[in-house]
Amino acid sequence: MAYALEMRGITKSYFGNTVLKGVDIAVKSGEIHALVGENGAGKSTLMNILFGMPVIHNTGGFEGEIIVDGQKVEITSPIDAMNLGIGMVHQEFMLLPGFTVTENIKLNRELGRPNIVSRILGKKFELLDMDQMAKDSRQALDKLGVDIDEWLPIAGLPVGYMQFVEIAREIDKSNMRILVFDEPTAVLTEAEAELFLRAIKRLAESGLAILFISHRLDEVVGVAHEVTVLRDGEVVGHLPGSEARVDKLAELMVGRKVERPALPPRKKEPSDDDIILEIRDLSVDMPGERLSGFNLKVRRGEIIGIGGLAGHGKVGLANGIMGLYPSSGTVLKDGEELPLNNPKEALRRGFAFVSEDRRGVGLLLDESIENNIAFTSSQIQNRFLRQRLPLESLQVRDNQAVRQYALEAIKNLDIRCQGPEQPVRRLSGGNQQKVCLARALALSPEILFASEPTRGIDVGAKSLVLDLLVRFNRELGMTVIMTSSELAELRMICDRIAIVYQGRLVGILSPDASDVEYGLMMAGKKRAEVS
Amino acid sequence: MVERFQEIKARLGVPRLIIIGFVLALFVTAFATGMPIGPLVSASLVRIGMNGTLVLAMVPTIAAGVGLNFGLSVGILCGLVGALISMEMGLRGFTGFFAGILFSLPFAVIAGWAYAVLLNKVKGQEMMVGTYVGFSSVAVMCIFWLLAPFRNPEMVWAIGGQGLRYTLTLDKYFGKVLNKLLLVSIGQWEFPLGLLGFFGILCLLVHLFFKTKVGMAVKAAGANPRFAQASGIDPDRTRTVGVILSTVLGAIGIIVYAQSYGFLQLYMAPQMMGFPAVAAILIGGATLRDARISHVVLGTALFQTLLTIALPVTSRVIEGDISEVARLIISNGMILYALTRRDGREIA
Repeated sequence: MAYALEMRGITKSYFGNTVLKGVDIAVKSGEIHALVGENGAGKSTLMNILFGMPVIHNTGGFEGEIIVDGQKVEITSPIDAMNLGIGMVHQEFMLLPGFTVTENIKLNRELGRPNIVSRILGKKFELLDMDQMAKDSRQALDKLGVDIDEWLPIAGLPVGYMQFVEIAREIDKSNMRILVFDEPTAVLTEAEAELFLRAIKRLAESGLAILFISHRLDEVVGVAHEVTVLRDGEVVGHLPGSEARVDKLAELMVGRKVERPALPPRKKEPSDDDIILEIRDLSVDMPGERLSGFNLKVRRGEIIGIGGLAGHGKVGLANGIMGLYPSSGTVLKDGEELPLNNPKEALRRGFAFVSEDRRGVGLLLDESIENNIAFTSSQIQNRFLRQRLPLESLQVRDNQAVRQYALEAIKNLDIRCQGPEQPVRRLSGGNQQKVCLARALALSPEILFASEPTRGIDVGAKSLVLDLLVRFNRELGMTVIMTSSELAELRMICDRIAIVYQGRLVGILSPDASDVEYGLMMAGKKRAEVS
Repeated sequence: MVERFQEIKARLGVPRLIIIGFVLALFVTAFATGMPIGPLVSASLVRIGMNGTLVLAMVPTIAAGVGLNFGLSVGILCGLVGALISMEMGLRGFTGFFAGILFSLPFAVIAGWAYAVLLNKVKGQEMMVGTYVGFSSVAVMCIFWLLAPFRNPEMVWAIGGQGLRYTLTLDKYFGKVLNKLLLVSIGQWEFPLGLLGFFGILCLLVHLFFKTKVGMAVKAAGANPRFAQASGIDPDRTRTVGVILSTVLGAIGIIVYAQSYGFLQLYMAPQMMGFPAVAAILIGGATLRDARISHVVLGTALFQTLLTIALPVTSRVIEGDISEVARLIISNGMILYALTRRDGREIA
């Protein structure tokens, strides 16, 4: 049987950084083909290529070919893809809340009934044929096997139903042959997800080719006829659905030999007898990274990693405790309760935070290196102020002290710059991150949250930043809570790694645990369930 | 030579170069037509000192991230109230001047706070809302001027003895006190050192303010509210501080302006007074997100010099007065130019 869609030898690099290397993938009509991989494995880039997104063509195009129904095609814009019958159901809903289900399904493809005016002035003036539109919508919804009234407005529908409307819109297009789902179940409840999986099975049976992107491995195993595993831009595994098992996929997905460097020893190893931070039932309302009912005990003096897939809430932890997003629950530091939603108090109690959003939250881009480094500590601890006036808030900055500290930090942290007065905007990502670390260090914190500390910086700078975290930990006795999407780097420097799944702690692994264990936990399976 | 010019161009930006060129052209024309330069310069210096403080009032709001203070009239009205109280008490000379400032302060702080509370609720549209806050408070104060319990016969209408006059003469009170302070004359050239010195001291104080703990917080929260929040600062509070400071400077600014002008103008007069100040700081090179004292000084100097000498020079060359038209074109054009660069970063 011929393939509905083939992508052959797809290679793509962004500015010399290869993100896809000779990827082959082929999908048959009537088949569900699952594409799995960690964040950054190249899934979205592959889909951007398939849909001819401008981001691909603006960065020099790609190598390889796309074949639809046995014919080589050029897809240079999303419209080309649409004309070829390739559709996508988006992760975010693109629906108009005030319109009805029918109107949304038929949006921009409305059916019209000619009238006198339209005969003279053209098709744009036709009246809408609501009945026919409703019938078509009904048909599309029935094909999915969902029971939604086509006359209801979108606003107020449960999230799961919105997802179905979105799908109905795609399958209502008469030429639709290949349908791509990008993490479709991420926002669904379990019952909705089940309904959804049944719906896509029906769609496949009706002859559509389905490409299903997910990192919920158990779903994939349930529905896929074929599974392709992507890691670091390469296809590392391709198996028929009958052979796909969750643990096998997990291993393929994560599998990466990690060299754990010998870390300097400590005087006293951290243990459960000495807990510096206890988190009980913490919920953080951070959009896209929600935590709900998270529990964790952090040992004094350890480096603990927080891992998990994107969107499961690992980043929410630090942002919640630091008071940047609304949170509730109990956080005990040294047995004392920390008031939540209060950044100032968190900083005063010896927490410091290196944000994952370096340019948005971490830095004052147009200010100098020294001002960035000294700022938080002068606000929180009145450091770097000339304490001549009794009124604290009118004390003037002590330029000399700031300069001296900045010079030391530049030397200690090896910040490559023209001098302490250089605006941080002009520094490279790695050096900006070091400025962020220096700012946190100026607070002399007991607990340092480092969120995605190596995101967006080059390889050399990455290891420098990791080295710094180890140094803070070993030399200054700082407890480091490091969040990262890169499991490999967590396994390089952490003592323990806590895995977050759907806003909760699944378990804590040792850095030497096997890839299978990591893969499974990131897919939400506890160790006990592994069999 | 070319490199040097490029460097100057990069530092000053094209709009400033054009205006500097225009001002120079006016001076050359004045010289060529045989006009005495001394009085022109002296008059310009007076105008700079007279308007400088109002322009300075723009700095705190821009730094706090609120943008240009189009509602400067709020501060101006508070200044007027302070000055009126001082007059009502019959205080004269410097006593009257400083008493006016002192009396206006509590009003400015309270009004600035209320104005800030409102602005914090309409983030993203502060300038639009500010404009209308200014307009409507001027209108409300029109009623106040009529009903206010002032009894000084020189201030109220001669007939009826109730309601303040449109324009009050300050001669007997604090008119020109700063203008005359340390006025140095060399031939035709006069230098109002007292007036300029007062402006200079206020500039220095504002500069120092931004070096204090609270000043740094205001600036940081203005540049990046999320950064500030992560450092334990409440951006709403720092914005309030910025707006209050701006309102207070507006109040002081109008008293300086009035003593120099010699009259106190009430009723609809304050309505548009904020706009030349907005234009001046933009001409000086400030953007919606970045304003420095240097922008205030340069902008006031350029704008006011231009206005002062445009009238006599052009009326000599062509019959008629284009200075008012020029003022409107330059000030409104400059505001428009700045607003189209919303981000404020790429402004030339």
